[in-house]
Order: sequence, then C-alpha cells, then structure tokens
Amino acid sequence: MTSTTPKRDGWRLKQPSVIPGFGLTLGFTLAYFSLIVFIPLIALGIRSAGLGFDGFWKAATDPRVLGALRVSFVTALIAAGVNVIFGTLIAWVLVRYRFPGRRIFDAVVDLPFALPTAVAGIALTAIYAPNGIVGHWFPFRIAYTPIGIVIAMIFIGLPFVVRTIQPILEEVSREVEEASATLGASRFQTITRVILPSLTPAIMTGFALAFARGVGEYGSVIFIAGNIPFVSEIAPLLIYIRLQEFNYVGATVIAAVMLIISFAMLFIINLIQAWSRKRFGYGN
Amino acid sequence: MATKIRHLHRHHTSPVSESRTVQVIAIFLCLLFMALFLILPLWSVFIEAFAKGVGAYFSALANKDAQSAIRLTLLVAAVAVPLNVVFGVCASWAIAKFEFKGKALLITLIDLPFSVSPIISGMVYVLLFGAGSFLGPWLKSYGIEVLFALPGIILATIFVTFPFVARELIPLMQDQGTGDEEAALSLGANGWQTFWRVTVPNIRWGLLYGVLLCNARAMGEFGAVAVVSGRIRGQTTTIPLQVEILYNEYNGAAAFALASLLAMLALLTLVLKSFLEWRFGDELAATGRH
Amino acid sequence: MQVRIANVRKEFDRFPALHDVSLDINSGELIALLGPSGSGKTTLLRLIAGLEMPTAGKVFFGDIDASEKTVQERNIGFVFQHYALFRHMTILENVSFGLSVRPRATRPPAGEIRRRALELLDLVQLSGLEKRYPNQLSGGQRQRVALARALAIEPGVLLLDEPFGALDAQVRRELRKWLREMHDRTGHTTVFVTHDQEEALELADRLCVMSQGKIEQVGSPDTVYDQPTSPFVFGFIGESSELPVTVENGELWSGGRAIGVPAPDSKTGEARLFFRPHDVELVEHDASLAGVVTSSRRVGGTRRVELEIGGEGHKVEIDLPFDHPAGEKTRLAFRPKRWRLF
Repeated sequence: MTSTTPKRDGWRLKQPSVIPGFGLTLGFTLAYFSLIVFIPLIALGIRSAGLGFDGFWKAATDPRVLGALRVSFVTALIAAGVNVIFGTLIAWVLVRYRFPGRRIFDAVVDLPFALPTAVAGIALTAIYAPNGIVGHWFPFRIAYTPIGIVIAMIFIGLPFVVRTIQPILEEVSREVEEASATLGASRFQTITRVILPSLTPAIMTGFALAFARGVGEYGSVIFIAGNIPFVSEIAPLLIYIRLQEFNYVGATVIAAVMLIISFAMLFIINLIQAWSRKRFGYGN
Repeated sequence: MATKIRHLHRHHTSPVSESRTVQVIAIFLCLLFMALFLILPLWSVFIEAFAKGVGAYFSALANKDAQSAIRLTLLVAAVAVPLNVVFGVCASWAIAKFEFKGKALLITLIDLPFSVSPIISGMVYVLLFGAGSFLGPWLKSYGIEVLFALPGIILATIFVTFPFVARELIPLMQDQGTGDEEAALSLGANGWQTFWRVTVPNIRWGLLYGVLLCNARAMGEFGAVAVVSGRIRGQTTTIPLQVEILYNEYNGAAAFALASLLAMLALLTLVLKSFLEWRFGDELAATGRH
Repeated sequence: MQVRIANVRKEFDRFPALHDVSLDINSGELIALLGPSGSGKTTLLRLIAGLEMPTAGKVFFGDIDASEKTVQERNIGFVFQHYALFRHMTILENVSFGLSVRPRATRPPAGEIRRRALELLDLVQLSGLEKRYPNQLSGGQRQRVALARALAIEPGVLLLDEPFGALDAQVRRELRKWLREMHDRTGHTTVFVTHDQEEALELADRLCVMSQGKIEQVGSPDTVYDQPTSPFVFGFIGESSELPVTVENGELWSGGRAIGVPAPDSKTGEARLFFRPHDVELVEHDASLAGVVTSSRRVGGTRRVELEIGGEGHKVEIDLPFDHPAGEKTRLAFRPKRWRLF
C-alpha cells in the first residue's frame, strides 16, 4: 500500500475506498441513532444530574428503592447462577449427544427470545400458581413470592447462556480431549480440567448477559412476582409505579442507578472478551 | 458422524465421550428443565386459551377492543420494522465496507438498547415528551400528541428493536468483505446497481433472519410500550397490553386467547428461524447471538 | 517396548478402514506408516493408542494384550497434527498435565512435577517460555511443546500423527532432523504417520507402506525404495515410469521388438515394467526402448524428458543430463539399468 506516514497524511476520518455511500450511510446511521437512542438517554442523564448529588443520593437511598434494587439484583443473581449450571449442561447435551428430537429442543431454547414477555409472564404464573399444574406439587408457594421472580428470570435468561457457550463448545477440538485422555486423564478430569476451563470466558459472558437481562426484566416478572414492596417488588416495577404517580424524579433516580449498573456490566463483558481473546486467541 | 461411530462399539465407550448412563441422565435432566421452564408455559397458553371452549376463544378474538389491539400491533410493527431495516442496512454498510475512526465504539453503541431495561426504554420518552419536558408542550401546541398516543408507542418499539437487524448484518457483511462490490464497480456498475444486484443478494437471508427477530420483538414488546401507551382501551393498547388488562380483570380465558396469537407468532418465528439456520446456515452470520 | 499388531480389522459403519493388518514393531525403532489419505495409516495409529477399538484382532504391548485396556491405561505418548495443546494453560502447565492428573498414589510431588517439566522443556529447547500460552508460540514451538507433553508421562510408545503436517517447509525440515536426534537420544519406540515419502525415507528406521486399508510392504527405506514388492509401492515411493510389455523366451518385448532386458524365468505373457527415470542408460545400436520426445523440461541438475513409445500412446519419463541436446520430436533409445516386473 502507500508508504506515506499517518503524520504526513494528517487526521482523516476514513481510509480511502472506491466504494460509494459512506457519507450517506454513516450520516443516516448517526442521525437515527442520535434521535432514537442517544438524545433520549442523554435527556435522562441531564434530568438526574439536575437533581444534584444530595437530591440524587436522598432519592436513591429511599428504603423502598433500596428494597426494590435488592430484590432485583438478588433474584437476577440467583437466576443467572441456575442458568449457568443448566445452560452449560444444555449446551453440552445439544452439542455432544445425539438423541431423537435434538433439533427441536435446540430450536426451543430460543423460545424466550421469541415469546413476548407478557405472555411468558401469565403462562408461568398459571403453571406455578398454587393451583397450577406444577405449583400444586409444592408445599410452599412459588408464584407471588421471590421464587416466582427467579423462575421468570430463569426463563428469560436461559438462551443467553446456552447460545454463548454453544459455539465455543463446538469449537473445542476432539483432538484436545483425546490428548488429555492419552496423557492419562479420566473423562471426569478431562471435563473439569480441560474443557470447562476453556469455556470459562463464555460461561462468564453468559452469566453477565443473563444477569443484566434479569435485572432489567419487567413483563414476565410482574405477573408472577406478587409485587409486595420490600419483598417481591422489582426495581423496574417501582420505576413504573413512580411514573404512574408522575413522580418523575423518583423514577429517574432508579433508572439512573440501573443504567449505571448495566453499563458497568456491558463494560465487564467487553473486558472478559478482550482478555480471553488476547490470552487464548478466542473470544466470547 | 464421528459420534455415531463411537456408539456402535460393543464394550468400550470412546475416550472422548461419556458413558451411556451419564449421557441418558444428562439428557433427561436437560429435557426436564426445558420442559418445566420452556415447553410447559407455551403449552399452558393454549390450554388456558381454550379452557372455556372454542366458542369463547373466538368470541374473545372477535371482541372490538381485541380487534383494535391487533390492528394497532400490526401498524406499529409495520412502521418500526422497516425503519430498523433501513437503519440496519445503512449501519452495516458503513461499518463493514469502510475503515473509519470510532468504528468499534459505534458497534458497541448500536447494541446499547439491549442492555437497557424495557421500562427505562419507555421512560426516556416520557421524560422527553412528558408534561414537565420542553418538547412535549411545544408539540402539543401544534396538535401533535406523542405520549399516550401512536407516535410514542412506535418510538418505544423502535428503541427496543433497534439493534436486531444491524447486529445480524454487521458480522455477515464484515465476513463477506468488499471484494464483490469492488468487482462490480470495476465492471462499470454504479453504486445503486452494486447495492441492489450484488450486496442485497448476498445478505438477503441474514436480512430476513434479522427482520424475523425484530418483528417478533416489535409485536410482543410490553414494558416499554406499557410506559408510553397510557392504556386507552381501543386506542393505545397493543396485544400484550390488552392481554394484561384482561388478565388483571380476571378474564383469564380471554387474556390467554389473545396471548395465543402471540404464542403462535413466536412458534412461527422459531420455525422460520430454524429453517433459515438449517437451510442457509453459511449465509447467516454466527447464529444464536442475540 | 515391542508392539505387535495381530490380524486387526476395523470397520466404521460397516465400511472397512483396515483389513486384517499385522505388524511387528521392534523395541526402540522409529517406524513410519506411509500412505496416501484413506490408506488407513491414521486409523492404525489410533488403534495402537486406544483412541479407536478394533472390530477384530488384538494389539500387544510386549506380552500384554493391550486391546482390553483404555487409552488412559496404555501409557502412550500421542502427538497430534494440530498440536492439541490446552490453550488456557501455560506451556509449563501443559507439560505437567499428564503427571498432575495421576491418582494421588502414583502422582509425584508438585516440586518434582515442575522439575521434570522444566527438564523436558529444556530437552525440546524451549527453556524460558514456560510461562507463555500456546497462542503466543509459533507452530514449530507448539509442536515441540506437544512432544514434551507426551514425553512427560514416560510413555512406552510414542505415536505421532502427521506431526509436521501443519508446518511450513523450512520448519518441517528442521524439526525432522531434530526429531531424529531426539529419538537417537531417548530411544523411545516411535511410530509416526505421514503421507510425505521424503519425510519417511529420511527419518524412519523402517517404513510400513499402506494402501486401501492394507499393508503393502514393510522394510528399511533402502529395501522399499530399491526392491518394491508391488506396483503400488513402486509408484508411490520415488519417481517411476511404467510400460506394458510382453514376456517371451526369457526376454521383454515392446511393440514387437525385444528391448534388451532379460526376463525372470517364472513369467510369461503380459506384464508391467517399472523403472526409475534416473536409472536408465542411453544406447545406440543394441536392443532397446525407443521413443519420440514429446516434452522436455529442466528439473534442477537434470533434464526430464517424456517419450512416447510405440504407436499406442504409452508415455514414459527418463532423466538426461541437463545439457543433452534432445528437443521435441528427437528420437531416443534407452534401456533401464534397474527395473521391476509385475
């Protein structure tokens, strides 16, 4: 290519190319992104900044707000944990084993992506309610308690874990497992010391994605949750209640806290992927 | 192939597979888990929908408010999905065909709406167009209602479905590179001809895949729309909102009847999606990342 | 350790990959399994390792029947074409792995494992890289790590599956020489699979040439090269030319002319004559093979010409000195100095 140094070239936005349409497509992309996403989010930021630190802190540490955040984060954490265990197992079974109906089960994993959250919410409530087909087997209540919230979050988060691990597991070469066996490792040792560690970045990413989704989830949770303040009221619901009360300040503060945390999660996910790409030469 | 071979053997299990017993237990556990959390809920939608008989089912769907909710949902998707398609194609063209500063940041930003709670996605428009805002009263003085009206619902839907098409197309077009387009241009085609006759045929299945997922979410979105809709019966309730209203009125059968429409849409989406993955797997970007 | 393969058959989904193969591998020798792809050479190697189980037949390690043992119990060292290193482990952890997964009773203490791993890294000339990850090494370095990892468990047999197949030509040649030196120093019984005859001829004590699931010939590189026992081996190892001939009256005939080559007593009728392009002499007047040059090109220090013999379009190649004046349409007469008849 050209041997001119960047210094002599000066700063330029784009590398030269014969393909047309850069200005048009990038311009539209940025304009649309700004209008739909960026400006509204900035408006939210300005609103919360307008409160000043004291006002923000006072609203954020309101006991009911803290209670709702705690419920959201604890239940999302538990659900993401359950999803990591079963999601890894499901990814394993789908990638490694051949059994009748495998393709159908593989497709069904994506159901939570396709089924609207409100529908999932009322359906889960129907079967886990005390008189529901699953609920009536249990001596304790599932629906209308925090357990119900966890159930809904498991539903919503499962595909994130499975779909993050699956492609990485498919890439683990058979040779590596055979190498482990020839070196004397039992099957159990091969799984725990060779395969699972190489899946760790994917498992961590899947956990973070499922967790982030769980924290923000609204539609599937509110029907099954019971929505009792301090016990089973999630943060997104409290935002909704504040908005209904036209208490925009209260709503803004909770939203700001949740946004900060989910952007932190996004940042962590990117760090995991960058780190694993750098060290092991593979991403996700 | 290789796995099949392994199981044919008499005594030994292959050194790179688990014993048959372990496999059966693992498969059973997974199927049980998926049955409890995924299949049973889907199944129960239809059971509950027909709990009061076929007649009640169809009269619930024929209800005036239900009909209006269906129309509104279709209208919203018909506006939001094409807009996001145009955006997705533009964004992936700019990102995949050119090298420019800040590209990595742009890719991250496009995914941003996925990490925002749907409630917050709706709420940002309440703050922007609501009573205490600058824009809302100003637009109102010209007779334009955004909040608790169709524009708000469409905006919130666009926000939550924003990344679907773009994130399907970007990796796909990055994989395909610029060779085909450069060849077409060198043969004398102009920009539009190149796009329609070279690029579009290359990305059509990936595009369809993105549209499918975008549409499912657009028609089913609940949280974001709930915040901006105001729930005016027969006017600003989409199907998911109408489901909630009926459910809260203890009209379960009617709620599930309407929900069954969305469940069928979900099933159709899954079937088409699996078909695309099976038939055109190489022409889709790395699948299963949403 | 001596390895004996006795009447082994292997089928994949009823498709036979190996038919009734028997082979004795001597203790301490370096033997190459050589053949085209699909010849069953890799399957045979994997059967020895225990990565596949035979459909029929047995594999003996010394006097012990290894057929009933799992791959873990066989104590073999296996080196894969694509290295198969554990990419989330450092080089040191990779080499230590085999010792660290042993049951507590036979596992050396951690310090001892580390010492032995470092020693092996020294042996494969990678000292100082023990903290790196496989991703940070070159292909040649990775394959040496793989070898050190296999040697760490003190294997009875070392098995290498196309160990240099993924490397470029220069590194390949270096590693080949290096592997030979390693073998001479450590004296492991070593079996390696290759489709590269040059590699096999240069490296191995003995060659086992395979084709279509059968062993064609086993012998030293010289034997296999100079006395191939089948047309396949003649064609597969080294350059060769082939010509249909008739055997009559103790002589070979082509196109109705005696070609000045005596025939073995046993044969008569149609046969195929094989010779090496460089094993020929040009003759002027005697009985000989004569043909017209159809193409000529310089190959290194010699000139390779293609001759059409007789009117039936049979073509053979012979080597001439590079400054030989033969051009197209030139008529040449020659006689093979060494040949085989099948």
